[in-house]
Amino acid sequence: MTAIASTSALVRSRTSASLRQWVGLLYVLPAVAFVTVFFVIPLGMTAWMSLNNWPLMGEHAFVGLDNYVAILRDTRFWNALKFTFYYTVIVTIAIFAVAFPLAIFIEKPRPLTNLYRTAFFMPAVVGFASASLLWSWLLNVDSGLFSPAAYDLGLTEKKVNLLATFQPAFWSIIAMVVWKVAGFTMIILMTGLQSIPQDLQEAAVIDGAGPFARFRAITLPLMRRTLALALILSVAGSILAFDQFYIILRGGPRNQTLTAVYWIFNQSFVSFKLGYGAALSMVLLAILVALSLIQLWLLRRPEGLD
Amino acid sequence: MTEAMSQNRKAAFSLARHSTGIIASVLFLAPIVWTVLSTFKPAQEARQPPLPPWPTTGFSVENYETLNAFGDGLWVSAQNSIYVSVMTVLLSVLVSVLAGYGFSRFRFPFRDFFFVLILSTIMIPFQSILTPIFLVLTRLGLHNTLTGLVCVYVTLQLPFSIFMMRNAFDAVPREIEEAARMDGASNVTMLVKVMLPLVWPGVVTIALFAFLGAWNEFLAALVLMTDQSKFTLPVMMTALQSGRFGAIDWGAVQAGVTVMMVPCLILFLALQRFYIRGLMAGAVK
Repeated sequence: MTAIASTSALVRSRTSASLRQWVGLLYVLPAVAFVTVFFVIPLGMTAWMSLNNWPLMGEHAFVGLDNYVAILRDTRFWNALKFTFYYTVIVTIAIFAVAFPLAIFIEKPRPLTNLYRTAFFMPAVVGFASASLLWSWLLNVDSGLFSPAAYDLGLTEKKVNLLATFQPAFWSIIAMVVWKVAGFTMIILMTGLQSIPQDLQEAAVIDGAGPFARFRAITLPLMRRTLALALILSVAGSILAFDQFYIILRGGPRNQTLTAVYWIFNQSFVSFKLGYGAALSMVLLAILVALSLIQLWLLRRPEGLD
Repeated sequence: MTEAMSQNRKAAFSLARHSTGIIASVLFLAPIVWTVLSTFKPAQEARQPPLPPWPTTGFSVENYETLNAFGDGLWVSAQNSIYVSVMTVLLSVLVSVLAGYGFSRFRFPFRDFFFVLILSTIMIPFQSILTPIFLVLTRLGLHNTLTGLVCVYVTLQLPFSIFMMRNAFDAVPREIEEAARMDGASNVTMLVKVMLPLVWPGVVTIALFAFLGAWNEFLAALVLMTDQSKFTLPVMMTALQSGRFGAIDWGAVQAGVTVMMVPCLILFLALQRFYIRGLMAGAVK
């Protein structure tokens, strides 16, 4: 009985097999359509627009590589890029400095660990725009929290405007981003910590390895892929930073905190130099793709490990 | 003697652990709690520094009322945000469940090409293709419409959610499908009646990420929505905070921030399991 049923099913599936496989194309078609219309075509257009002088109104004109030549002379763009890299390095170090201890803190299941983990993670689900608006209030000199509190406690002689000069403004942004992102990085690092076999650590303890030796010889090497992932996510996110600098600082003080995306935004949607903005975008895109390739290389599975 | 000592050490360790945990928790939660409490101050008090954070001159929802009087009002932006987020969730779930099923269960020409194409879009920052997206939307007649914004958000969600859904379908044993097929179930019936209940956790995860992504997105909404009646909450609140409607009313800003934060926090607390699961899937693969 069963044999007959499965034989007839086999025959049926053979005759219609190839036709049935084609149905799969219908299932993925909507997704392919979305990605084509709203990603692949715009991507091709960016490349094409970057070779044109493209105002918002009126005809565009092919100018070859003129836009790219102009980028070479655009010191404000290079300053923005320099600032973006500076920010990326500092904020990534700061995030890891907070997230790694937190990850170790919540790694093992102990009483209340879940509660702490949830608390640390809460800011991560708040959007960057909400977080920026929130902190722009906390950092405000008159109605905010930090300056008035410092003044009331007698730490400063008068209320200090934290957003008026570069150093305090920059470090305020760093503090805000660490507050918002550390919980996220913590969870990723935690998955790496939890994947390290417990017996390996115990064997090392028996061999007389101290906590630092164990961290260096076992934890770090075995977490290589997780570390690489957390690192790349943080670096890629920071290079594309925009919300916090636009909302809290408007690129100020004195345009010192314009990031790469902010500069592209200004060129494209404030000055409406769409062709030039596209050329700048291509540069940014090349940087990010290079990063992704580094990521793929870092995350490759080596023989015999993982 | 030694037992008592180890008992003491244990207690000391526990005390140190919990004090660290509590202090860190307070640091992470304080800005959120501070803001939410401050919104219930009367307007006059909300202009002063928030010391203490809770209302001292009486409880009031004045800030929320003021907020609703700015421009087209809080409620219009909130409706726009809700519409955009809900539509993004529905559409991205629909598209990625279909695609995940297709990629997992069928072998058709260009399958791997399409899959890699969709996943590789994650490498390219959408910030760099915003201008042409703006032009494409104009060409499609979707310029300055919430529908256009939804299309962009859905596309941004697809690499993650299709990846999630394909893995979810891959995890369902083929025997279940074959049994249903022998019972005469068609492809669509099978997907809806048999497969969907089995991949439900994955669906919740991608829905949650789609909602948070759309609800919180700022740059695309800022660039693509030029008409104030189409502003989503982040764009509306930034306009308010920049003083576009006159002197900055910080009480109203905090009220707006609260409206933006609270749905995310509630959804996360209710669906934490699914959120962490999504993060893990992203982190492990």
